[in-house]
Amino acid sequence: MRTLLASLVLMLGGGIALSTATDHFRAFTTEAARRLEVREHPVDIPAVTLETETGARLDLSAFRGRWLLVDFVYSRCTTYCTTLGSELAQLQSSLAAPLAQHKVQLLSISFDPEHDSPQRLAEYLHRYRAKDAEWLAARPVNQGGLELLERRFGITVIPDSFGGYTHNAAIHLVDPRGRLVEIFDAGNSSLAAQAVMRRLEP
Amino acid sequence: MIARLQHPSARGAVLLLVVLLAPPIRRALESSMTTQMLVQIPLLIAAGVLLSGAVPARVNAAMAAWDYRGITGLVLATLVGAFWMLPRSLDAAVTDVRFDIAKYLSTALLIGLPFALSWRRMGFIVRGVFLLELIATFFRLGWLYLIWPDRLCNNFLLDDQQRLGRYMLLIGALLFFWIAIKLLWGRLDSFSEALPPAFSPDTGARHLYGGPDV
Repeated sequence: MRTLLASLVLMLGGGIALSTATDHFRAFTTEAARRLEVREHPVDIPAVTLETETGARLDLSAFRGRWLLVDFVYSRCTTYCTTLGSELAQLQSSLAAPLAQHKVQLLSISFDPEHDSPQRLAEYLHRYRAKDAEWLAARPVNQGGLELLERRFGITVIPDSFGGYTHNAAIHLVDPRGRLVEIFDAGNSSLAAQAVMRRLEP
Repeated sequence: MIARLQHPSARGAVLLLVVLLAPPIRRALESSMTTQMLVQIPLLIAAGVLLSGAVPARVNAAMAAWDYRGITGLVLATLVGAFWMLPRSLDAAVTDVRFDIAKYLSTALLIGLPFALSWRRMGFIVRGVFLLELIATFFRLGWLYLIWPDRLCNNFLLDDQQRLGRYMLLIGALLFFWIAIKLLWGRLDSFSEALPPAFSPDTGARHLYGGPDV
């Protein structure tokens, strides 16, 4: 009897703990949790200073007023970032109208600023036939800025066994108020495009 | 005091915990999903099992009333185990030191310790169900890790995850064959020999200081 009581109490407590730990059984992985979290509680994106592929410096807050689609890459990458690159290239054509009207902006941020000089970033954009100004590539000017961005966006970068990096690749949507509101799978740019079009409609 | 810290098995447990806490060892074991799940956590559980040898007979006897056939301890160990099987938890243990502290304490004190105390109270059927479920879990998780195309943890590489899957399938298979051999040529209730303190099922008494310690 006492065993039954103790076991029931434990199961109840354990059930509550497991439910809390998985956001009510909706997120079992860090990546799912991150996406759920920003949808429910948008994250303010800090005004970090970036250097673009032309060498110009600008602040992330300069993009306020437009919908910003951000991905995190490093230019030497041969795996996830090539997917991301072609996905952003696709977004560039599917969102051509709002991009031309400056309602939407594409931005690739490098988490490997030591290696990714403005010249490398320009080559990266060239590889995907990025159109000037509509799609920018940039690197944070200092380590602190990079770490702050990684923390707020929830980017984890780990070295892989080939001298490169593995990272959680995704497309991040930042609203005109500078808040991260949605995260999309790297391989699914059409979803991101639809979401932007939906939000652009008055 | 639940355990006597002067007892040799308590010293062994503390020594094992200190070794596992040493920063280089901790970093090395937590840098890979495979070593975290198949080396670090099992050793932490082992520290809890060792600690069970230092629980005074009086305390253990008092707990027995709440732990009929070891069910309560098994439920506790299973729930805590389930928490540390969540990819999120493993990820957080690497990036958030609070989670890592919780992992060290809970795997030793809430999995290893209660499981070892309860195991001696479990009958053939409870042990059998547990072992079957353990093997099934190794197979289920191993298969999942092996075939899942994406990383389940942001802090670990995909090839690490797949290697872990292969090892878990192998461990599941070895456990299965070991139990099959035991069933065919031995007795399942002789498993308690593997645990530090002696247990004499014929008298019904729960001696916690087996061998020369008595």
